[in-house]
Amino acid sequence: MSKFTFPESIRSRPVYGTLEPRAGSAHLFIADTEGAEAIIAMATPEIMAKGHIIYIAKGTDYEAQLRALNPASFYAGPSYGAAEQRIHKTLADAKMGLQVYLTGTEGLMGQAQNAAMQAGVPHTAIQTEHRGSTARRMQCVHCKGITEDVATDPFVCSHCGLNLFVRDHYSRRLAAYQGVCIDAEDPGNVPAPKGIYE
Amino acid sequence: MSGAEKIAVIVTDIVPLNDLVTRFEFKPIDGGLLPTFSGGAHTVVEMQDGDITRLNPYSLMSDPMDQTAYAISVRRDDEGRGGSLFMHRNVKVGDKMTISYPVNLFSLDLRAKKHLFLAGGIGITPFLAQIKQLERLGGNWELHYACRSESLGSYVDELTSHHPNETHIYYDDQDQKIDLLNLLDGQPLGTHVYVCGPKGMINWVRQTAEGEGWPREAIHYEEFLAPQPGKPFEVKLAVSNKVIQVGENESLLEAIEREGVDAPYLCRGGACGQCETRVIDYTGNFIHRDHWLEDDEHASGEKIMPCVSRFEGKTLVLDR
Repeated sequence: MSKFTFPESIRSRPVYGTLEPRAGSAHLFIADTEGAEAIIAMATPEIMAKGHIIYIAKGTDYEAQLRALNPASFYAGPSYGAAEQRIHKTLADAKMGLQVYLTGTEGLMGQAQNAAMQAGVPHTAIQTEHRGSTARRMQCVHCKGITEDVATDPFVCSHCGLNLFVRDHYSRRLAAYQGVCIDAEDPGNVPAPKGIYE
Repeated sequence: MSGAEKIAVIVTDIVPLNDLVTRFEFKPIDGGLLPTFSGGAHTVVEMQDGDITRLNPYSLMSDPMDQTAYAISVRRDDEGRGGSLFMHRNVKVGDKMTISYPVNLFSLDLRAKKHLFLAGGIGITPFLAQIKQLERLGGNWELHYACRSESLGSYVDELTSHHPNETHIYYDDQDQKIDLLNLLDGQPLGTHVYVCGPKGMINWVRQTAEGEGWPREAIHYEEFLAPQPGKPFEVKLAVSNKVIQVGENESLLEAIEREGVDAPYLCRGGACGQCETRVIDYTGNFIHRDHWLEDDEHASGEKIMPCVSRFEGKTLVLDR
């Protein structure tokens, strides 16, 4: 089951929808892992004739199914970092009328949304659908380092080693949630980590 | 007092541009500096026309950073309610007038990678200020300007001589038309389109761009509606406890103001939402003309925009 219903939270927390085909001159899909299922669910031959898929599998096995949709172009890469140059180049060459569809984990959607926004796509015009892992991309507010794929709360900053509390406060500019030191007043008094949504 | 803050000005220059359009320049009476503004802003000009106070919005077309004077261009509308005729016939150099602080309902989105301007006729005026703003910022822009004829092409010479590569002129009487589909096709990602002109042109551009997959956030338009005349009607103002008559040639907002009731407003053209008024009770039909309320709000009978909308029926009670 790749779908998850996030609990309601503060306004800062991103809300994701369900991808749907829209009129456009080209269709750019950026996805990772189970995001492939969302593309397969909404793909039509008309969309895929002008469709471009940039896909990060991260160990999942959807590549053959995505290729079978016959998109105008298909790229599979090992990580967002590896795909980043291609994403920027694709957006830099794109024309108005391009529709942007993002699906998969929050970290993937956030970073790709940021790239599309920088290329001039209004963030409200970008479609998103969450699939797969609910782990988050977190920024440590103290050292500013990013820790990817955080699944527990609290967690240890992979840069400075502080124990961080996982907040729902989100930054579109950083494409990350905020992690704040949980034991600043009483060092060492750290609750046992549990799943973010447990 | 409602509306934006006021500035006392003196008319320092009047320049007829062609048969229909005249430019007016205003400087502050006290010799001070005017506020800077942003391209696309308008000012509401107060005209004392006998017993009638006319308040008409006009786009500021001077350099937004020039604090010494403001300029507007007024197209004479012989069929209109008389504001533009008053400006053309009665206003003289040296006259003292009152204008409002600039209000912008048609500002540039400075996140855009490129600004594509589409003007029809007198709709060129907000773009003149926006172009000056973008030239200062080094912005990327392109103008497509449709006019009726060479003789009615206000500011065509200035635009084509200063910005020959960015300016494209189309004359209706020479059967030149903006090739919109072709123009929209292939614009770089991050382009925003802005349209100011007649209603038909605005709808054409909005619908075509949306149909081509342009995001709504990248489509900007400005249309000031002039209040339309209609059958006289009676209104009860519940808060001020007055029953007032709205005449054939005045708007509901003007009638409220005439009776000395202070009502909020900014654009007076159905666009900004400031004058939104709650309906307490009614028997009859609304004639909604604004761009502000959603269709379901129009249908609900709970709200009215008194600057442009009217009423036909037996009773109307407003929360004012």
